[in-house]
Amino acid sequence: MFQNVDREGWSEDIGCYMENGGYEELRKALTMERTAIVNEVKASGLRGRGGAGFPCGVKWGFIKLDEPKPVYLICNADESEPGTFKDRYILHQDPHQLLEGMIISSFALGVHLAYIYIRGEFPTGAKILETAIAEARAKNFLGKNILGSGFDLEIYVHRGAGAYICGEETGLIESLEGKRAYPRIKPPYFPAVLGLYQCPTIVNNVETLCNIKHIVRMGGAEYAKIGKPNNTGTRVLCVSGDVREPGYFELEVGAVTMGELIYDLCGGMKPGRKLKAVIPGGSSAKVLRAGEKYKIKTKQPDGSTGEKEIGIEDIVMDFDSLAAVGSMAGSGGVIVMDDSRDMLWTLNNINEFYAHESCGQCTPCREGSLWMKKITERMLLGGGVERDPAVLKNVADNIAGRTICAFGEACAWPTQSFVAKFKEEFDSRAGKPVPPPMPPEYLPEELIGKEEAHA
Amino acid sequence: MEMPRELLAKIDEAITHYPASKRSAVLPVLHLIQEGLGFVSDEAVEWTAAKLELQPINVLELVTFYPMFRREPAGVHHIRVCRTLSCAMAGGYQLMNSFCRAARIENHAHGGHGAAIQKSKDGKYSIEFVECLASCGTAPVCMVNDDLHEKVAPEAAPAILQKYT
Repeated sequence: MFQNVDREGWSEDIGCYMENGGYEELRKALTMERTAIVNEVKASGLRGRGGAGFPCGVKWGFIKLDEPKPVYLICNADESEPGTFKDRYILHQDPHQLLEGMIISSFALGVHLAYIYIRGEFPTGAKILETAIAEARAKNFLGKNILGSGFDLEIYVHRGAGAYICGEETGLIESLEGKRAYPRIKPPYFPAVLGLYQCPTIVNNVETLCNIKHIVRMGGAEYAKIGKPNNTGTRVLCVSGDVREPGYFELEVGAVTMGELIYDLCGGMKPGRKLKAVIPGGSSAKVLRAGEKYKIKTKQPDGSTGEKEIGIEDIVMDFDSLAAVGSMAGSGGVIVMDDSRDMLWTLNNINEFYAHESCGQCTPCREGSLWMKKITERMLLGGGVERDPAVLKNVADNIAGRTICAFGEACAWPTQSFVAKFKEEFDSRAGKPVPPPMPPEYLPEELIGKEEAHA
Repeated sequence: MEMPRELLAKIDEAITHYPASKRSAVLPVLHLIQEGLGFVSDEAVEWTAAKLELQPINVLELVTFYPMFRREPAGVHHIRVCRTLSCAMAGGYQLMNSFCRAARIENHAHGGHGAAIQKSKDGKYSIEFVECLASCGTAPVCMVNDDLHEKVAPEAAPAILQKYT
């Protein structure tokens, strides 16, 4: 996926792309049967790279071959999960890889109108994509009767405007329809059934769609040999935080452990510092504490399943292993924290993000995300009350599983995991028996006075 | 409200990208208006609603929901500093303070979306915190207008401002 990112002598225009074999897979795909392409994707075992890891072939399988309603394809380029910065590089440096993947996918799914939903904060990226689309159209890779195949496709770039919840596929669809990005409840609003304009829609991440071209090139079965069973292919891991050399790494899924990633690939911790915590899959993933032991199942040589205990450094970076230790692979955004970090400060920073980004639809999330942020903020300022850790847990427990979309889990999991795993840090800041008096600017009389002054 | 001709042409072109529903064009139209006119005024909200055959509330609810839209002008140059975890760990908050000092902006606690934009008195610079800009590996990052600046140490803020006069 990243073979052309930061490559010497590479430029993002179509000329360079085609000199390096670009759009050959498209030519190949147009000669294939639509079902054949979908079957290759199913055989590849490709799992979504946006964060949920849902099998792409299964998702595509929901689209009927003879669907009477228009079918849409949307590329989710709203990369916003804190800690994740992989799609940025593809969008800015190798846009034609994405376009080729989208055109092949659209052909397979019977899509004639596709959108790339890109973050508003990537204005340069949007321009680069629009130029790339124009270049592709000029060479008849887009538009009417692509390469004489009789297949028509238009792709448009649609810019978001700064809302994280537009990365949620149904929130994205609502936003594309010109509304507030309030996610829809699934069932019944699975995008493949009732998506954009209530028509069947496939929403895939940028990296996922780039994989499609490579699957067509090598065949699904060959692709499935890369990585591990049920965790196939390569993925791009993004490491940030307290490592010496943060950055992106495209690796076979399951090829490295957490320790190898942090210490070998990223140069380890800063001088004099020790690992304290890792968030392995974007800020929504549950935190892992250094020194914790995890019991995981292993396959014995005789076929039976055994159990062994591993430490954080031994966790294999794939979907199943990270789920087994109680977190998730998510978007691949690994945030590393060393022993200089205050976990309360860290959680408060994360809580503030979720409090800002809640769309506001569901009461538990709307009220709970702000409530948790206010508690951690108050604790940070020295006003932590004895009940606070228990209240934090209680609020978080009442958000997860009780919302329309997974943002509920996303804002609850950090609080649940930080408070549980760093209990001593939170307890030590929760010493007061009662909350301190509120700062003057919060007194109702003062606020009312200010409102009247402004009116 | 009169739209400048060039802006109107871009808006009309953008609407053609959404054959199935005119309402889908609101976001691109608002982007074009903000880029062309600097911000989204109440008149612009009504104009957009009329143009796309919607009620004004259908446009206003988007301006108030999406953080990138502002209802008053920003400075000539607008600075966005990332405050989310990796950038905050790398010094994002110190970077904000540094920018405010260098640009002579009074740094009250950031009011967030909907609050008045923090601007320098001469109107040259405005600044706000934003959430994750998806460049965590090169933290701390900020944007000035459409340009991304990576690995910006707080001391580097004045030098960055020099490039935007």
